[in-house]
Amino acid sequence: MNAADKDMREAMAVSGLKRRRTRVARWLGGINWRGAVSVAGFFLLWELLVRTKAPGFEAIPTLSNALEVFWNKYLTSARYWQAWAVSFERVAYGFVVSQMLGIPLGLLMGTRRKFHDLMFPVIEILRPIPPLAWVPISILFWPTNEMSIVFITFIGAFFIIVINVHDGVRSIKKEHLWLAMSLGATPMRIFRQIILPSVIPSIAVGMTLGIAVTWNVVIAAEMIASDVGLGRLTWEGYVSNTATVVLIGMISIGLAGYLSTKLVDWVEKRMMPWRK
Amino acid sequence: MALPAGEQVAPRECDRNGTAMAAVGGGVSIRKVSKVYDPEGARVVALYECSVEIAPGEFVALVGPSGCGKSTLLNILAGFDTLTSGEIYLNGKLLASVNRPLQPGPDRVVVFQHGALFPWKTVLENVMYGPLRQKAMTAEEAEKKAIDLLQRCGGLDRVATSYPTELSSGMQRRVEIIRALMNEPQVLLLDEPFRAMDTVSKTTMHQHLLEMYRMSRRTIVFITHDLEEAIYLADTAIVMTTRPGTVKKTLAVNLPRPRIPEMMSSREYLDLKRQAAEGVHEEARKAFERGEREQA
Repeated sequence: MNAADKDMREAMAVSGLKRRRTRVARWLGGINWRGAVSVAGFFLLWELLVRTKAPGFEAIPTLSNALEVFWNKYLTSARYWQAWAVSFERVAYGFVVSQMLGIPLGLLMGTRRKFHDLMFPVIEILRPIPPLAWVPISILFWPTNEMSIVFITFIGAFFIIVINVHDGVRSIKKEHLWLAMSLGATPMRIFRQIILPSVIPSIAVGMTLGIAVTWNVVIAAEMIASDVGLGRLTWEGYVSNTATVVLIGMISIGLAGYLSTKLVDWVEKRMMPWRK
Repeated sequence: MALPAGEQVAPRECDRNGTAMAAVGGGVSIRKVSKVYDPEGARVVALYECSVEIAPGEFVALVGPSGCGKSTLLNILAGFDTLTSGEIYLNGKLLASVNRPLQPGPDRVVVFQHGALFPWKTVLENVMYGPLRQKAMTAEEAEKKAIDLLQRCGGLDRVATSYPTELSSGMQRRVEIIRALMNEPQVLLLDEPFRAMDTVSKTTMHQHLLEMYRMSRRTIVFITHDLEEAIYLADTAIVMTTRPGTVKKTLAVNLPRPRIPEMMSSREYLDLKRQAAEGVHEEARKAFERGEREQA
């Protein structure tokens, strides 16, 4: 082995080491340290306020307490995981049906003047009614409580998606439509190749807003009209005066909402490959 | 393309070797076209008895202040808007008149001011869109031609699989012109395509456009408020009056082609600029004063 070769090998070894070090550095640099500190600070303050029995905090359990109960009683409890499954199922049904009906309705109202004039006033009257105000009527109307909860969840996301799609159609660039006409596209092609893709970003916005509202609504509806679900779990914790269960319920709902938002984000990214 | 009888080819252009080349673009005759917008009874005369003759293969620039109706004229020509009186002929055939339904078509493709590439399609898909919709080519033919055109226009084939938002505005505009040229239009309609660009990019774009014009031999109607740009690019610069828009002055630009930026300091160029400037400034002032009045 000559000297130059040796030098080169050494240089390569050093650069390999360097690369590994930079990778770790990049990973560490990617962490939001300020955020991590503030989250830790929040839990610490909470723990402190409860332990010093600060005013208002007498009945509130600490996070460590709640986690302990969760670990011992809920992690392996079938009823707890059933609550997750049931709530997710309600959200999924309500959300999917609202998109399946809301997107075509929004498209029709946006593209057909007569249909718009016919339907829009009804939508505008029903839209401001909060989903929870529908609870009594839907319990009376639907044969089972399950159906009424899904229906209320549906209401939560339905008007949002209709209005977003409708506005999306109305804000399509007229240049795009003109060009498609110039280039020889038939009305059917214009609908499929210009109007639909133009509206996809608005559909995505409607979905993001809709999924958040859906979780709000399903939790409240479960507290009123159900005997299973994450909302019910939280409510039972309150009624039975076990605050740790309330906390477990709240954290579970937060997590469930986060997971479904991520899922919707994932779907949206695949709907719009041109937006990076 | 065969030209109908009665239309004469203007072989004023020569390629780089000095051989005369026949134009393949169409001749346009705009005869006393007027356009009145009437929203809620407020009659706004956008165009008044506007007449322009454009020879096949000619590069015509319409110059005028904003709001002078030049975009309206372009939209009528493209078949996106109706006219209130007058007629437009393309290659001697009636294209637009008062009671005729709108006829947008691939023989007159517009490149818009703010750009209108379909953001959800890649560069290649955008460029292939026209011929595929008209069933003028198979997918393979369209792709071959698209790649060829992109490649000849400054190596744009490198970005064929990119989405338009990933391109610079200059590249986007070039892709858009190529998308129009793919349809072998009779007339290419350019609506202030370089308006939002800085001077350097604009100069580069001028050279690209001139090169595309040389290659394609299409008739071009170019709208701009920039007099220098109009004279530098066009065979004929038409100065328009402010609302109601009509032709104020027609300038024959006899600068030789290929045009090079150095010509902007030539005597002929400066003379033409002086001739036209008076008219343009007067109209710009009028437009400005009217704007002030309308604001007050």
